[in-house]
Amino acid sequence: MNTKSLWTNERTRGLIFQVLLVVGIAVFIAFIISNTITNLEKAGLASGYSFLGDTASFDINQRLIEYSSTSTYGRAIIVGGLNTIVIAILGILAATVIGFIAGILRLSKNYLISRLVTIYVEFVRNVPVLLQIIFWWVILLSLPKVRNSLSIGDSIFLNNRGIRLPSANFSEGSVLVFLVFFGVLITLYFIKRWSHKRQEKTGKIFPFGFTALGLIIFLPALTFLLTDQPIDFNVPTRGRFNLKGGFNVTPELVALWLALSTYTAAFISEIVRSGILSVSSGQREAASALGLKPSLTMRKIILPQALRVIIPPLTSQYLNLTKNSSLAVAIGYQDIVSIGDTVLNQSGQALEVISIFMIFYLTLSLITSAFMNWYNKRIELVER
Amino acid sequence: MNENSAVIEISDLNKWFGNFHVLRDINLSVSQGERIVICGPSGSGKSTLIRCINRLEEHQEGRIVVDGNELTHDLKNIDAVRREVGMVFQSFNLFPHLNVLENCTLALIWVRKMPKLEAENLAMEYLHRVKIPEQAQKFPGQLSGGQQQRVAIARSLCMRPKIMLFDEPTSALDPEMIKEVLDVMVDLAETGMTMLVVTHEMGFASQVADQIIFMDEGLIVEQNTPEEFFNNPKSDRTKLFLSQILSH
Repeated sequence: MNTKSLWTNERTRGLIFQVLLVVGIAVFIAFIISNTITNLEKAGLASGYSFLGDTASFDINQRLIEYSSTSTYGRAIIVGGLNTIVIAILGILAATVIGFIAGILRLSKNYLISRLVTIYVEFVRNVPVLLQIIFWWVILLSLPKVRNSLSIGDSIFLNNRGIRLPSANFSEGSVLVFLVFFGVLITLYFIKRWSHKRQEKTGKIFPFGFTALGLIIFLPALTFLLTDQPIDFNVPTRGRFNLKGGFNVTPELVALWLALSTYTAAFISEIVRSGILSVSSGQREAASALGLKPSLTMRKIILPQALRVIIPPLTSQYLNLTKNSSLAVAIGYQDIVSIGDTVLNQSGQALEVISIFMIFYLTLSLITSAFMNWYNKRIELVER
Repeated sequence: MNENSAVIEISDLNKWFGNFHVLRDINLSVSQGERIVICGPSGSGKSTLIRCINRLEEHQEGRIVVDGNELTHDLKNIDAVRREVGMVFQSFNLFPHLNVLENCTLALIWVRKMPKLEAENLAMEYLHRVKIPEQAQKFPGQLSGGQQQRVAIARSLCMRPKIMLFDEPTSALDPEMIKEVLDVMVDLAETGMTMLVVTHEMGFASQVADQIIFMDEGLIVEQNTPEEFFNNPKSDRTKLFLSQILSH
C-alpha cells in the first residue's frame, strides 16, 4: 500500500486524524501544567494539598458536624460541602413537588388556576435567580426583631435572625418510637402484598396511600403519647431579650431554599407540562371511552408515558439547582463555595481550592445523573 | 321500528367547532342489535357524530339518549353511557407502556373493580376471540397494525359493552391487515352486537350493515338498506360519492 492509498483509505485517514488530535491535546495540557508550575515557583507559592491540615481559625454558624475555629481547613470544607448537600436535597425535593403540581395545574380547564400558575411561571423564571435569592433574604431580614418575633402557635417563631423551630431531644425510651416507626414500614409492605392478593380475589381496591400516610403518622405518635413522652421537644419560648431553646434555621438557608426551589420549580413545571402534552390526545380519549376517571387516567396512563419525556430535562434542572446553590455566597450562606473562598483567601491556594470545588460539584452531579439515568432506563418503553 | 327498542336516540342534534357547523339537525335512532355503517367524504362529520355518542365530543343543541341515559353535563350519566359503549379508534390508541394483557385488564380492575385473575381470564377469552392469545405478554409496539387494532377491539369488548363504536378502524392499516380486522368485526356482528361503524369498506358494509348512512357537510344525506343504497341511491351526492370510491 503506498502513501497515497493510505490517505484515501477511510479507516487509516480517520486513524491519522485521531492520533494528531490526541497528540495536540497532550501537548496543550503539558504546556499549561508546566507554565503553571513555573509561575507558582516564581511567585514563591507552594502547591499541594497539605494546607488542608492547617488550622482554619474562622467560625461557621451552620454546621452539621462538629466544627470550631480550631478545626482544620479540610474540616471547614467538609462542613461547607455538607451545607451544599443540605440545600441541594431540600431544594430538589421542594422544586419537584411544586413543579409537578404547577405543571399539572397549568393544564387545568379552570381559567383562574391556569392563569395564576402561568403568571407564577413567567414571573419567576424570567427574573435572575441571584436577585430572587437576595429578594427573599431581604424579606426575611425585614421581619421583626427578636424581641417582637412573630409566632405560630407559640412554638415556631419568625424574626430577622431566622426561624426558630422546636428541637427534639431523644431520651432512652425514644428507641421505642423509632421501633414502632420501622415496624409500621414493615407492616405496610405486608399490607401492600395483602391488598394485591385481596384485589386478585375480590376485586376490591384498598386505599393504600391514605392508609400508609395515616399509619406512619398515627402509630408512632400514639406510642409517643402512651409511653411517658420519651422525646423531649424543646419548644422555644420568649426570654427577656432573646428566644430560649429550640433550633434556629438561618434566614440565609430559608431564603436560598425558597428562591432555588421556586425558581427551579418554574422550569420543572414547564417540563412536566410539555411531557403531559407529548402524550397524544388519543390516549386520554381511549381511557375516557373505557370509563376511566380523569385522575386515574392521569396516574395510570398519562404520567407514566410523560415521565419518559420529563426525566432527561428534569435531571438537568436538578443539576442546575445544585450548581446554582453556589450563589449562596451572595448572602453569606456558608456552602462549599462560600467557605472555600475564605479558605482560598487565607491560604492563597487558589488552584487547589478551585479543583476541590470542581471535583465536589462533578461528583454530586454525576451521582444525580447516574441515579436519574437508572430510573429512566427502568421506565423505558419496549418497542420491538 | 319500535320506539322502545331504540338503544340510541338522537334528535335535532347540532354541533359547532367554533363557527364551523359540523353536525346539522341530525336525527337517528338505532335499535338493539342493529348494525349501522356511516360513510361520507372526509370532513362530513361522521367521526364527530359517533364521538358525540360517548361524549368524547360535547354537542350544543339537541338530545342524545343512550340506553335511557341522556347525555348532558351530568357526569353520572356520562359514566353510565361509557359503561355501555365501547369504542375503537382509527389510530388504535393502545397504552404503549402496558402489555397487551394489561391493556385489556386495566379498566376491568380499576373501573369494574374485578379481581385480577378473573380480569385476566376474561381478557384472555377475548384475546382468543380476536385470535391473538399468544401475544398477551407483548407490548403494543411489538405488534403489527392489524394485531394492535384487534387488541383494541378485545380491550373494548372486555368491558362487555352493549354498543360498539368503530371510528375508521381500518383506515390506518395495510391492505392485508384490513381483512384480519374486518373478519373480527364480522364475527362480532354475528353475535348480535349493536354496532356503529364509520368506514369506507363497502364490502363490509354490504355484508353486515342493516342500514347505511351517507353524510355530507354535517347532514345525513341518505339513510337506506345496503341493497337500495348501492343499487338505487336517491341523491346525486350519493351517486357521485359511490362512483368515486367504487371506480377502481
